[in-house]
Amino acid sequence: MSNITAELAIEKLNNQFGDQIISSEMLYDFLTVTVAKKSVKDVIKFLHDDAELNCHFLTTMCGLHYPDQAEQFGVMYQLHNMVANFRIRIKTFTADAEPVFETITDIWPAANWMEREAYDFFGFRFHGHPKLKRILNMDSLEGWPLRKEFPLEDPFRADKDDKMFGR
Amino acid sequence: MNSTTNEIIKEKEYTTLNLGPTHPATHGIFQNVMKMDGELIVEAEPTIGYIHRAFEKLAERRPYGQITPITDRMNYCSSPINNMGWHMTAEKLAGIEIPKRVQYLRVIIMELSRIADHIICNSVIGVDSGAMTGFLYVFQWREDIYEIFEELCGARLTTNIGRIGGLERDFSQKAWLKIERLLKDLPGGLKEFENLLVRNRIFMDRTIKCGPISADRALAYGFTGPNLRAAGVDYDVRVMNPYSSYQDFDFIVPIGTNGDTYDRFMVRENEMWQSMSIIKQAMEKLDRLDDKTSFHADVPEYFLPEKDEVYNTMEGLIWHFKIIMGETQMPKGEVYHSVEGGNGELGFYLISDGGRTPYRLHFRRPCFIYYQAYPEMVKGAFLSDAILTMSSMNVIAGELDA
Repeated sequence: MSNITAELAIEKLNNQFGDQIISSEMLYDFLTVTVAKKSVKDVIKFLHDDAELNCHFLTTMCGLHYPDQAEQFGVMYQLHNMVANFRIRIKTFTADAEPVFETITDIWPAANWMEREAYDFFGFRFHGHPKLKRILNMDSLEGWPLRKEFPLEDPFRADKDDKMFGR
Repeated sequence: MNSTTNEIIKEKEYTTLNLGPTHPATHGIFQNVMKMDGELIVEAEPTIGYIHRAFEKLAERRPYGQITPITDRMNYCSSPINNMGWHMTAEKLAGIEIPKRVQYLRVIIMELSRIADHIICNSVIGVDSGAMTGFLYVFQWREDIYEIFEELCGARLTTNIGRIGGLERDFSQKAWLKIERLLKDLPGGLKEFENLLVRNRIFMDRTIKCGPISADRALAYGFTGPNLRAAGVDYDVRVMNPYSSYQDFDFIVPIGTNGDTYDRFMVRENEMWQSMSIIKQAMEKLDRLDDKTSFHADVPEYFLPEKDEVYNTMEGLIWHFKIIMGETQMPKGEVYHSVEGGNGELGFYLISDGGRTPYRLHFRRPCFIYYQAYPEMVKGAFLSDAILTMSSMNVIAGELDA
């Protein structure tokens, strides 16, 4: 079992991508790297193809929304090298109002539904995705439910109003 | 006469078959639109989301302690594992150290629920291949496990078991007796179940080479849990990233070779035996521990005080209200914690901005990720094999649809 340290991974990424790597930090036990949006797919592909890092498994991915930031929309990917038990989280943010990311379904078919989920809940488009349509919500739903501005409940309902604690 | 003129040139016609939406009590609500050539499946297109309940959105409005009931309703065949996974995620964020005794108690709960999950899945494989008997036999043991849960937390299916910082109460004497009785009775029952199916010619003919997937494809599709292990990859979160002191236990990670329905069945079958051994080990370890009473960590800011304290002390009353109203401070941060659920790596990705609720909570739901391989696995198979493949994948609609 080879040992991959966070320092090694950061060094490799910095050597390969230079200023495209915006920041890297350890969040609890998890190495998190923020990458410029235009090279996020290259970074993921590099992590996947590199013989030593060998991040061969896509654990999960999801959308992020920080309305207070200038770059409000983001996507998070978690990759895993099961042999060395090395995990890395890749994040990327964009200021676009209608973000379009590169698909990674050509690297992992598992990304197919995950990207559809991100589209369904955040409205992110994935360039090159074979069939980008809503997956859990009904097709006629308007809006993107996991964006922060989307109300949790129907705001016009009067029956559940609670003066003390809100809705 | 030219022979070609007699040939009728006919385009091949396919039938479209709507498999489902099925009743929730069968396997959950699934729908597959299948393109059929006679009885062979040409293409399958799963439709999911029938019981989508917006858990990730709900979680953004709920205090940490109130998210546990949401996790119950994901994989409802093994809700205690989901509950524990969530508690451990919150504890990781808050940096709460859990006493060894509580960790072992949690292991017992999680392994019991793994057995319950595998009992359902494996016996349903039997039902879908035409053997109802086994299903009726083993449900007795599942009932016994649910009775243990009832004794521990008062609920059976959606357990909401444990709290952030420990368990809500210690195991009662009755619960220990029930666990001991289960450990005495289950081996015989399981053996009988295995005698019915494992070397049964009909069952083997039906399940071997049914819905196979190679290790490479399984990894590409994000398989985890028994389904991945059946394909020959020995990835188990309990071993890879031990949580709740799993590193103290000695157990085997069973693997298969072909990744077909039979291997998935056998992996689960062997896991049940391993789970029983883990529970026994945990009970021995508990006997050897000096600590015989603690059932939660000493964290008054997260763990509800005893009712006696609430009524008689000022601090108790304050903490009680602060916790109930969700006014305790969680640190800012970002954690990912995963546990080995009944059907794979169940992950919790939690972003906290220090507020009373998570800023963002994403569930890595194993069957949402691996169910997308289903069309590939049933392509070219018979319709009856497709049913069997689905039941052997242990897809739980509640988890699939979140």
